[in-house]
Amino acid sequence: MTQQSFSHAIATLRQQPWSLWWIQARRMTRIEIRRNLFTRRAWWIYFLAFIPAVIILGHLLWDSREGISDDTMVLAGVVQLYYVRLAIFFGCLGIFSRLIRGEMIERSLHYYLLSPVRREVILLSKFFAGAVTSVVLFGAAVIADFVLMYAAYGAAGRDFMLHDPGLGQLEAYLLIVVLACLGYGAIFLLLSLMFRNPMPGAMLLLGWEAINPVLPSLLQKFSVASYLRHLMPVSVPAEGIFALLTVETEPVSAWVAVLGLLALIVVVLTYTCYRMRRLEIRYTTD
Amino acid sequence: MNATDDTIRFENVSKFYGEVLGVNRISLTVSPGITTLVGPNGSGKTTLMNLMTGLVQPSRGTISVLGLEPSNATQFFCNVGYCAQFDSFPRGLTGFQFVLDSLMLYGMSEEDAFHLTAEALERVQLDGEASHRKIAGYSKGMRQKIRLAQAIAHHPRVLVLDEPLNGLDPMARAESLALFQELGRQGMHVVISSHILDEVDRIADRVVLITGGYLIAQGNIHDVRREVRDKPMQVLIRCDSPELLASKMFAVNHCVEARLHADGRGVFLRTGDIDQFYRLLNEIAVEGLVKIDAVAPADDNANAIYQYLIGSDGSAS
Repeated sequence: MTQQSFSHAIATLRQQPWSLWWIQARRMTRIEIRRNLFTRRAWWIYFLAFIPAVIILGHLLWDSREGISDDTMVLAGVVQLYYVRLAIFFGCLGIFSRLIRGEMIERSLHYYLLSPVRREVILLSKFFAGAVTSVVLFGAAVIADFVLMYAAYGAAGRDFMLHDPGLGQLEAYLLIVVLACLGYGAIFLLLSLMFRNPMPGAMLLLGWEAINPVLPSLLQKFSVASYLRHLMPVSVPAEGIFALLTVETEPVSAWVAVLGLLALIVVVLTYTCYRMRRLEIRYTTD
Repeated sequence: MNATDDTIRFENVSKFYGEVLGVNRISLTVSPGITTLVGPNGSGKTTLMNLMTGLVQPSRGTISVLGLEPSNATQFFCNVGYCAQFDSFPRGLTGFQFVLDSLMLYGMSEEDAFHLTAEALERVQLDGEASHRKIAGYSKGMRQKIRLAQAIAHHPRVLVLDEPLNGLDPMARAESLALFQELGRQGMHVVISSHILDEVDRIADRVVLITGGYLIAQGNIHDVRREVRDKPMQVLIRCDSPELLASKMFAVNHCVEARLHADGRGVFLRTGDIDQFYRLLNEIAVEGLVKIDAVAPADDNANAIYQYLIGSDGSAS
């Protein structure tokens, strides 16, 4: 790119109505969260998110505890094997795939496409609304699990939760939840734009995520779970059934994993914006 | 935006849905005023409207509305309102919320959005208690009205209406037509597709006839009627001696058909040469043999043009 064309591109970017887009994005996000996401139709996602908390509460009330270190391993297993592999995966499938496809099925998407909002702004606002919803839901669930897990240990438990290593582990789990929601959300948003029924694509993705650790390192870069595995503060022992789902890989530093996953999300969202730009409303064929 | 361009332009536009033809090689220029799209089901009217508003993209050709293209959504949709045929809404909203949510996306203040929402609802006569009820409980006519309110709320310069009279009772139809007429008088583009030709005919400045995806005719209704030369024009003449008038008229060879009006105080005459016809009628009136009360074209309307050019089976003749 020559200096002149680069300057032209910068000038064009500056001329864009960024402040208007920002206002539109904020309002659309608010509308989306109110309209679509915190509704009774999403009850099964609440169930997915909070069922571990209910089980942990049951143990808290009726069982004796095994010790903080054992429960730390249990919580790590819950986050890695339940939330990342199942709950967030299927929760994001439910939330993000209905943002566009759901409105096409209900034949109401055209109202957005006939508004003075760039399609990229529509898509990113919907993505952000979905991200806020899933992060709030699964973030709250993980915090609830964490608090309930250590509440029975009294002062020792409080000390563990409010200082390292407990607090550091909670921060890491929350970072994993945020990245998992953004990563799976971006992919399911794209799948919902590409396919009338995103479920077969989601099942393929689930299989891909399961076998990804045994694939060559280049292919591992195209997986959300593989990045998240490097952020786990506690390693889940590869024993019994865990061994089927856990594969030891070379350690990667946390910031490389975070940036790698963010780069993957940006690539997926960029392509989704391109698809959104070319989207046509033909409800009869949808 | 091209400030001097006040037209809607289709330049050699085609749209194919896979192998299915939507519209083919449409070239059309629409000036401000009320334009009616007329054609049978599946003729391409909705495709034309969806192309105009960017809901579908042309396979070939270019479209501009007031010099703007739908890809420039920010400017385009500040100037264009589209009341589509899809009878569906986002869930759980009241009529007021639905219009307000749409306006909030224009970037205006909440106060302005409230004001414009109330104004739009008043214009479609859906203000008061009804606007604060859930849309899910609305009748078909009310849903039609709320969609119309949403399309006009931001004061667009171009209003595209796909079957806007569907589901409306006669009173609501009359009110809607009066509203369209008022908007047309204000210099807006109002593009309407409708099956209720008689009613739309009264307010339309021009007609666009389309069938099988092809443009058949366009222009002022009277001009289009004159162009249909193979169908003699029919004129109703109210007079005191319709039989005498008919016999005089049949003395010339361009009069091809005469039919007495049911009340016996007029006659329908068909002529292949309307200019000669009026000249002869003047001579008869001057002679004083027949007292002529009124003269009016009887098939100079969208309905007749539709029948002549497209036919009741929907195939162009």
